[in-house]
Amino acid sequence: MRDITTVVIGAGHCGLAMSRCLTDRSIDHVVLERGETANSWRTQRWDSFRLLTPNWLTRLPGYSYQGDDPDGFMTAPELAELIDQYATVTAAPVLTHTTVTSVRPGDDGFVVDTDQGSWKTRSVVLASGACNVAVVPALRDAVPAEILMRTPAEYRGPDQLPEGGVLVVGASASGIQLADEVHRSGRAVTLAVGEHVRMPRSYRGLDILWWMEAAGVLDERYDEVPDIVRARSLPSMQLVGSPHKATVDLNALTALGVRLVGRLAGIRDGYAQFSGSLPNLCALADLKLGRLLDTVDTWAADAGVHGAGPPERFAATQVPSSPPLAVDLRSGEIRSIIWATGFRPDMSWLDVPVLDRKGRVVHDGGVTAWPGLYLIGMPFLRRRKSSLIAGAEPDAADLTSHLASYLDCPVPVAS
Amino acid sequence: MSVDTPADNGVNVEALLGVRNALADTPDIAQFQWRATCSWVKGTHSRSHVNTFYGFGGEQQHKTTFVYDADHPLAFAAEDNGVTPVEYVLVALGSCLTAGVAAVAQQRQIQLRSVQATVEAEMDLHGILGADPDVRNGFSGVKVTYNIDADASPDEVKALVAQSQKRSAVYDVLTNPTQVTVEVI
Repeated sequence: MRDITTVVIGAGHCGLAMSRCLTDRSIDHVVLERGETANSWRTQRWDSFRLLTPNWLTRLPGYSYQGDDPDGFMTAPELAELIDQYATVTAAPVLTHTTVTSVRPGDDGFVVDTDQGSWKTRSVVLASGACNVAVVPALRDAVPAEILMRTPAEYRGPDQLPEGGVLVVGASASGIQLADEVHRSGRAVTLAVGEHVRMPRSYRGLDILWWMEAAGVLDERYDEVPDIVRARSLPSMQLVGSPHKATVDLNALTALGVRLVGRLAGIRDGYAQFSGSLPNLCALADLKLGRLLDTVDTWAADAGVHGAGPPERFAATQVPSSPPLAVDLRSGEIRSIIWATGFRPDMSWLDVPVLDRKGRVVHDGGVTAWPGLYLIGMPFLRRRKSSLIAGAEPDAADLTSHLASYLDCPVPVAS
Repeated sequence: MSVDTPADNGVNVEALLGVRNALADTPDIAQFQWRATCSWVKGTHSRSHVNTFYGFGGEQQHKTTFVYDADHPLAFAAEDNGVTPVEYVLVALGSCLTAGVAAVAQQRQIQLRSVQATVEAEMDLHGILGADPDVRNGFSGVKVTYNIDADASPDEVKALVAQSQKRSAVYDVLTNPTQVTVEVI
């Protein structure tokens, strides 16, 4: 069994950011990767996928964008290439094609088993990602067999889908992007809208993420927001990173001809049933956007921002007057369903008692209650931007600092 | 919003948040059962009693037994001994949303002075009379109109009402399908 101070699991942007910070402190470590670096970006993104964040915001420890398109949005292969280069430049000790099968407590730390042998280590960083498994509600079992179903992890492009109507379930970033793309391919889209976070691509002439970063919104800390449970479960922002910087919100989709319906609430006797809560969910999202823009405008007035456009407010979301409460899935109107209903991490190999009753790792800003075990790359892990590429830099720095202190002065583990 | 004196809408938010925190450690105490009994009196007149429920890990009891008469109006050739069952649904929705408005206002430190909801439901009688199979029995739509006087901006008041809907049990019952089983023993 090989012996090492720290094992980092996952060679995505978070694992490599951790590796860079550990190297800076001369903490010997290895980064275990089941596939290639940036594996999910290579294998689980649709063809037209681009990052939601502009290039200038794509930062990692010791790296910032130097290209000629700072306001552009990277494709998944471009990001995978960047992450690969980052691993090379930082000389990250990555072992690719090494699948972790178990992490368990051992003498003076942990034992990490892989399909390429075992490691004995004092500390472990879980950096295997928040989006390993597409979450599909149990009611998928009631979908008639003739309807083709895809998750965003499986979807590549509209040509994979049969001709005819498509039900897209979920109106977060993936759902609105795929609804837009699929409807433009000539397949009439019905979009089932649950809770969502409305966001314009640009505001007052600048990218909305520029404002959120400048006004400090992206840096809000997990221990400062009033309800961190709620903040961590928020759906992703309704954003798309397109070359022409389009806003794809519900009004844009309605203008395109997409039919909005309420949240998919059930499937019964072949009928998809939609909630009557659509007006309220749209009102909630409009009000929340208004509060964000108020925050931005207040900050801009105080900070004296020059060169930006005047404050603006966007039209309220147009809710259809009586959207259908049911659609017959056996009528042939709907030929395929895309489940854009979120993702979850896969920690099935984690044999350390730090999971809650729903199988999620319990942590305090990425520090678990089990000494020496850390987590990175989860929504709002330590700050609002933790789910963005740029969140890895400060989160990795904070966690490396904590980990280094632990190595210097370990807390005894009760066992 | 006034910050001179703390808002007091008579809602014990600390107790509610205490329950939420307790649920994290003991999720079983969140399992509730609500109950009512309904006895036929005569014609379309019935009388329901509500007294016990199960929750917080044990049997619970209201401080008294509440009694509700339901009937149909004279125009339905009934005796109008009480409101119709569908009107109880309106009562349930209005009272659930209004309780939510008060609780959310308390949590957000917004002082309420008056809150009034008007609840209206549209129904086509062809449904329950079996006169037209294309018409459903239930409401074709429900509309709630709030008139709220509070120490808050119009958008803050709208946000109160929106958040109340988001956390309302009766709103959920009305907007989403529910499995219902009826047995005879």
